[in-house]
Amino acid sequence: MAVFVPEPILEEGLVQPVSSKKRAWRRFTRNHLAVGGLILIGLFILMALAAPLIAPYAPDTTHFGQAFHPPSSAHWLGTDELGRDLLSRIIYGARGSLLSAVLIVALGLVVGVPVGLVSGYYGGWMDEVVMRVVDAGLAFPGLVLAMAMAWILGPSLMHAVIAIGIVTIPQFARVTRGQVLEVKNREYVEASRCLGASSLRVMFRHILINAATPIIVVATLNIGSALLSVASLSFLGLGPPPPAPNWGGMLQSGAEYLTMAPWISIFPGAAIFLAVLGFNTFGDGIRDVFDPNHR
Amino acid sequence: MARFIVRRIINVIPVAFIVLLVTFSLIHIAPGNPAYAILGEQASPAAVKLLDQQMGLNQPLGLQFVEYLRHVVEGNLGYSLLDHQSVASLIVSRLPVTFELAVLAVILSLLIALPAGILAAYRPNTWIDSVSRVLALVGAAVPNFWLALLLVYIFAVSLHWFPSLGWIPLSQGVASNLWHVILPVVVLALPLVAITSRVLRGELMEVMRLMYIQVARSKGVREWGVVMRHGLRNALIPVVTVVGLQVGGLLGGVVITESIFSLPGMGQLVVDAIFNRDYPVLQGSVLFMALVVLAANLLVDLCYAWIDPRIRYN
Repeated sequence: MAVFVPEPILEEGLVQPVSSKKRAWRRFTRNHLAVGGLILIGLFILMALAAPLIAPYAPDTTHFGQAFHPPSSAHWLGTDELGRDLLSRIIYGARGSLLSAVLIVALGLVVGVPVGLVSGYYGGWMDEVVMRVVDAGLAFPGLVLAMAMAWILGPSLMHAVIAIGIVTIPQFARVTRGQVLEVKNREYVEASRCLGASSLRVMFRHILINAATPIIVVATLNIGSALLSVASLSFLGLGPPPPAPNWGGMLQSGAEYLTMAPWISIFPGAAIFLAVLGFNTFGDGIRDVFDPNHR
Repeated sequence: MARFIVRRIINVIPVAFIVLLVTFSLIHIAPGNPAYAILGEQASPAAVKLLDQQMGLNQPLGLQFVEYLRHVVEGNLGYSLLDHQSVASLIVSRLPVTFELAVLAVILSLLIALPAGILAAYRPNTWIDSVSRVLALVGAAVPNFWLALLLVYIFAVSLHWFPSLGWIPLSQGVASNLWHVILPVVVLALPLVAITSRVLRGELMEVMRLMYIQVARSKGVREWGVVMRHGLRNALIPVVTVVGLQVGGLLGGVVITESIFSLPGMGQLVVDAIFNRDYPVLQGSVLFMALVVLAANLLVDLCYAWIDPRIRYN
């Protein structure tokens, strides 16, 4: 939405019109924590993409003679119980962790948003049924239900993603429905209906577009919690089987050697913490941009 | 109020039914015969046949569900595949540990979050607010299993201040019991501190802008009295809701924390059930936890309606 500025003032060059995108960006960049979060996310994505270029060693190569080496100039973050370089494993582990977190949120969005949209738009008995299912979904402790599903499906990264993704669907359905209820009676939606637009068009072109902001915010904040959930499942042995490098699994195997080689658990945990911190502060930042009253 | 309570309880019934449907269906999401999912791919046909009979897995699905419902209503959550102990009695025996951990975690989180939230709201955008914000950010982002290991390494392995694992029942001494649970309670409390302190800050700042606060000030009430007596009382209502809604997250945290600190509670029961392929125990525990969350949500709603009469009429 452009700001209306009378022509003569513009011509005199006294006031420059500022687009809403620019204003949003300015508001975002004023929030130093959010910018820090964005930088952290950028670094982790770069690390995941450039893993073969920046990792000093291959992540799965074992050197039994070099097991339990503390951090040194040869191995910046030390080595694990099989003599594998921890830094290289953390760098490669970023791939699975980030990808799985994004896929979990994508699954939640792809299923949860249409469910919430249809439920909120049509209302009536269908809304009642959908909302009771959502209430039931939210009643389960997410991690416990995901653990049960991941165990039944068998330990793998894909199964962990499916299990946690299913658990996040009710959240997205609920947020979307709430937004749809706010937007669906606005004049432009009425106008579109009067012009003969189909329900599908009204839902996706008019309602969803205008209800999208809070959904995007929830999605960003959910990437952080998805990362934590994947790491938790891996820590409990329900993630990808070894030797694939993943942060939660590395932490779990390091826990056994906590007294003699604490670095094996400390550094992968720090990677999870920083990545989640990045997504959370970035999510908080974009929420403040779109909903300044929230602060 | 009575009508509200009845309406709210009636609302819970279909949700509880769907929860039961989900826990019943859990094992059926596995491709193929559920008995193989329980026993493992290498199970012998004889073992599979025995389990099919034992758990009624060879019956039609509808009949299995009706039987499951009947058993749950009777309080029968099945029997452990390991030692044939009743799942309900196993849960009851593990409950005191988890209950104590959860209650202590909530108390500790309130002891930290209330002053942090009040001071942050009272002095927004100062160093106190920044410290509270950093605490909240760290609390929300730190993986609980990592925090648990760090605390064990620092306070148990290096400093020898606290034991790294184990459990002493309350009956054998309050002091030694608290000594053993302090680290796990800190791990469970930190995410609660993060949420509660920030919600309280936001709510208190909203309330402090309202007219009756101005009236209290103009009547000469001291600033601290205004905050504590007039502001906090009203800001606490949403905080009660937020704390109540954290029960699910708390139970998830309990699973990890109990397994790291070897505490014999519900969480450890779930983890053991997974590693022992003891499906009835897993299914019963998941159902029990979901029903606890439903009950907690119901309780929060009722408290909320009792504190704030506007809720009952909407």
